Amino acid sequence: MAELTEGTARVKRGLAEMLRGGVIMDVVNAEQAKIAEDAGAVAVMALERVPADIRRDGGVARMSDPALIREIQDTVTIPVMAKVRIGHFAEAQILEAMEVDYIDESEVLTPADESYHVDKWAFQVPFVCGATNLGEALRRISEGAALIRSKGEAGTGNVVEAVRHLRSITSDLRAIAAASEQELFGWAKRLAAPYDLVAEIHANGGHLPVPLFCAGGIATPADASLVMQLGAEANFVGSGIFKSGDPAKRARAIVEATTHYQDPKTLIRVSENLGEAMVGIEMDGLDQHLADRGW
Amino acid sequence: MTRIGVVALQGDFCEHLDMLAMLGWQGVAVKQPGQLEGLDGLILPGGESTTQCLLLEASDLRIPVEAEIHAGLPVLGTCAGLIMLARTVVGGRLDQWSFGALDVSVIRNGFGRQVRSFEADLAVQGLGETMRAVFIRAPAITEVGEKVNTLASVGYRFADGSVRDVPAVVAQGSIVATSFHPEVSRDPRLHELAFRR
Repeated sequence: MAELTEGTARVKRGLAEMLRGGVIMDVVNAEQAKIAEDAGAVAVMALERVPADIRRDGGVARMSDPALIREIQDTVTIPVMAKVRIGHFAEAQILEAMEVDYIDESEVLTPADESYHVDKWAFQVPFVCGATNLGEALRRISEGAALIRSKGEAGTGNVVEAVRHLRSITSDLRAIAAASEQELFGWAKRLAAPYDLVAEIHANGGHLPVPLFCAGGIATPADASLVMQLGAEANFVGSGIFKSGDPAKRARAIVEATTHYQDPKTLIRVSENLGEAMVGIEMDGLDQHLADRGW
Repeated sequence: MTRIGVVALQGDFCEHLDMLAMLGWQGVAVKQPGQLEGLDGLILPGGESTTQCLLLEASDLRIPVEAEIHAGLPVLGTCAGLIMLARTVVGGRLDQWSFGALDVSVIRNGFGRQVRSFEADLAVQGLGETMRAVFIRAPAITEVGEKVNTLASVGYRFADGSVRDVPAVVAQGSIVATSFHPEVSRDPRLHELAFRR
């Protein structure tokens, strides 16, 4: 029998590569998970409250009840992801033992550690982490993250922060691709990121070493198209689906828009008669910016 | 110049386009029926088969792709692509369809969830040196029809303790399919095998 190796970086990043061009949807129960799968989601994120409700209710937001996650795992055939608090490796150990397919070390939950993120190399299950800029993305990758997503501003239905984060990351990637060998040291210093990762980006023509997805504020098919055109490779959609008037229809529309993001005809067709989008919040009206959590 | 299409609705189609470039072939990302014209072969990539089913129908590609496969266009399917080609799919959604052009039965996620995803060196018939095979939430082939050639198998210890040889590369007529991802380990030899004949 050939020797089999589990939990390699390639296997972890590989699952993220398989999710490309797809939509990962936040769901709070098995019924929503089924709606998401029916609509063509490539994965679901199991959580107790969508970010819009976490924002409204306040209090400490934690890992979901394992029973809820189990119920969702039993309902769908697509990958099931779940969130842990920043730095809460014990929550991550529980999710790994439950064989969750991806763990999101998420700023949407209340951080558990003000100094350290989870050492993600210590786990066999892959991790996704949020980032607002390239330095943050590379620090998470150096800790073992196999997938990076923009943080955006979760639970607002407002895409402006996700756009800011994606633009910041992709413009620095382009600049590093064009930089001289000498300048790479300056980039590592400026980004507060490992030189080796900066050099890797330079060598491979300006690509992040792991896939880059978008999260935080996507509410419409046009939002999905916008962030894909800005360099996202797939979309996480949270409150935007199940806080809208017709979740099943909107979910399906965002799935098609993410695939055909460059085709205005499809975007017109899927955007028609979608019903109410989630109301959304202006950034100036926010009491708390979740994207400021983590560093 | 050899022109190979890659169904580019969802999944790791970019990695397949990279493999085609390594071979000096022209790769065509197929998102619409018109892009199927003038191809010498077609790749069904990895990804989520449930999503790909839905998008193939929504994008009006199911029927023309099926016609091309049945007309004998050379096809390579990897992971979800294998599921899309299989005659029988177990563990899928109740309404899950497949092209049914390859006489095999597969179980979706047949090796378990992501924490059980793995890599191994596989000897593939006709390829010489072993290939690094990356299995990600991979389907397991459980039955192989008479007309199907098994080109490689992986020995696997299942959760119930049993050890079995599971077919990992199969071929039938103009179709080659794998339960793993040669494009993820960036080895283009199976692409060459599928399309250079």
